Amino acid sequence: MSADRLEVLAADDFDVLVRALAEGGREVLGPVLRDGVIAIGPVESAADLPQGWTDEQERGTYRVQPRADAAWFGYAVGPQSWKSVLFPARALLWSGAKGGVGEHGVEVSAPDRSAAARPRALLGVRSCDLAAIGIQDRVLLGRPAVDADYAARRADVIVVAVTCGFPAGTCFCASMGTGPAPRTGYDLALTELLDGEHRFLVAAGSPRGAALLAALPTRVAEDADRVAGEQLVASSVARMGRWLDVGPVPAALRGALEHPRWDDVAARCLSCGSCTLVCPTCFCTAVEETTDLVGASAARTRVWDSCFTPGFSYIHGGAVRQTTRSRYRQWLTHKMSTWVDQFGTPGCVGCGRCITWCPVGIDLTEEVGALVGAHVDEPQRQDR
Amino acid sequence: MPTRSPARARRPKLAVWKFASCDGCQLSVLNLEEELLPLAGEIEIANFLEASSAVIKGPYDLSLVEGSVTTPDDARRVQQVRQQSRRLVAIGACANFGGIQALRDLMDVAALQRTVYAHPEYLATLSRSTPISAHVTVDLELTGCPVDRGQLVEVLTAFIQDRPVRLPQHSVCVECKRRGTVCVTVAPGTPCLGPVTRAGCGAICPAYHRGCYGCFGPVDGANTAAVADRARELGMPGRDVARLFRLFNTAAPAFAKEAAHHDA
Ligand code: SF4
Ligand code: SF4
Repeated sequence: MSADRLEVLAADDFDVLVRALAEGGREVLGPVLRDGVIAIGPVESAADLPQGWTDEQERGTYRVQPRADAAWFGYAVGPQSWKSVLFPARALLWSGAKGGVGEHGVEVSAPDRSAAARPRALLGVRSCDLAAIGIQDRVLLGRPAVDADYAARRADVIVVAVTCGFPAGTCFCASMGTGPAPRTGYDLALTELLDGEHRFLVAAGSPRGAALLAALPTRVAEDADRVAGEQLVASSVARMGRWLDVGPVPAALRGALEHPRWDDVAARCLSCGSCTLVCPTCFCTAVEETTDLVGASAARTRVWDSCFTPGFSYIHGGAVRQTTRSRYRQWLTHKMSTWVDQFGTPGCVGCGRCITWCPVGIDLTEEVGALVGAHVDEPQRQDR
Repeated sequence: MPTRSPARARRPKLAVWKFASCDGCQLSVLNLEEELLPLAGEIEIANFLEASSAVIKGPYDLSLVEGSVTTPDDARRVQQVRQQSRRLVAIGACANFGGIQALRDLMDVAALQRTVYAHPEYLATLSRSTPISAHVTVDLELTGCPVDRGQLVEVLTAFIQDRPVRLPQHSVCVECKRRGTVCVTVAPGTPCLGPVTRAGCGAICPAYHRGCYGCFGPVDGANTAAVADRARELGMPGRDVARLFRLFNTAAPAFAKEAAHHDA
């Protein structure tokens, strides 16, 4: 968070911010307690936030727990990332009907993207998820073929980030250089302070954020406020449940393609794909084509897919990656190594979701450690 | 209402057959409601006793076969069904894996007969409940207990339009994630067969906070051992783990094998 122009918003005035975000019918989405998890849902006031709740996360385990204090943002990331809003599981690409004037007598219609393009405010975005949105922007908007649905959803989004003060056992953003304090990619960044008066440090990260901030009933931050904010970040780093020395990993993984650990993890892995679907950066999709019974209309829909499904690598004659070993290896080496070649950063932001939400608790930091700590120095093979 | 393509000289004939089953899959066909009218325009429903006692003679272009083979009579009848059918689709857990009635495979059937029936001598039953594919060639397996309406429509549509059928090969986990259902294994800690079960139902049970019962049968390459280990870690006794795999698809090889490891 930039050190300049730090303001303080009293918790009692938080709803002024929520109302400002909601102005003009903007949808405000933020953390809400639902189905025993901290999910993403509509937020109309601070009362909708999971006040006084936290989460306990370990490999394959997630539980919400009441907190000793009344913190409003005293938890880490939940099962859903903002991908569920900006790059949802299903998006219609086009539909067509026979009897039109188009080619082959088929009239093709572009989907109505007005619901997708609705102005939104994302409230309480953690720094790992900010980094993930940055990665998805690069992948889905920053290349010649722009994803039209993502572009529509991304067009008018206000991002209100929040410093992660209470990371979970599966978090490792500090080692990935993506957190726990928001650095870029936000309009406003909040830091919740619980010592003394319940208040928020507020910083603007964009002209739009600055305009929002200017209209809030804030006061200038004093040294004591700044120090409290810095202490929270420091204690957050110290509490970080996991650590991955990512520096040598991309190169080391390239030399570990025949490591016996791939067989070991394949014996435990279900090939269920949960890790990829909860990952805030994973963007792989399939195309589903449907027709009605009589063949008068058809539609093409983009749906979340996963490199763990048998259909994912299916080409004429069969699936390229038939074994769980080859699928897990594809996933992990893409996340941690070839993603760097492709997009300039790892595909992992250290949010820990794949560790928590793996039904059998496979931990990518542990797997990377085992693979890279003692990697077999074999020549690369074109093994599939 | 759109009319059927004029290219087809005659409507293909559809037959729906029943073997040992609960009729639930046939009811799924009847439940198509809004699709039934356009369907009737495209396909001649020639033999479907659950819907109508008027039967048009075979051969049939498409047969949907519900139920497992449990009697010597049915073992003969399934051959006749195959002979009259250009394409045969086995529908449901019974037709594809033997159904819940395949629990008999693990028991002494003669003893069961003596216990249940006053005059077991009038019964002619086989010692095992077997899927249709154990007797005749099956062109397509549509699993589920019961089959899913959407998948049924896909199978019929693909047949009518003479295009490949698209059925998911992935696990129920993908369906949970796509619909935003919280994983019941991770959050409350409920054992669940979702990771080893074929998608198709839309992940109904986890959406109601229950573990998946495996209605749609095992995915290819199902790592049942890892799911069983996790269930035991979550405190499920071995006997219950065996029962988890011995439900509607008890005789599906991957489930049967895993269950056997957990018999006390
Ligand atoms: S790979 Fe795992 S820890 Fe990394 S961003 Fe994806 S879900 Fe989060
Ligand atoms: S690592 Fe875990 S979540 Fe990912 S496919 Fe394997 S079992 Fe599923």
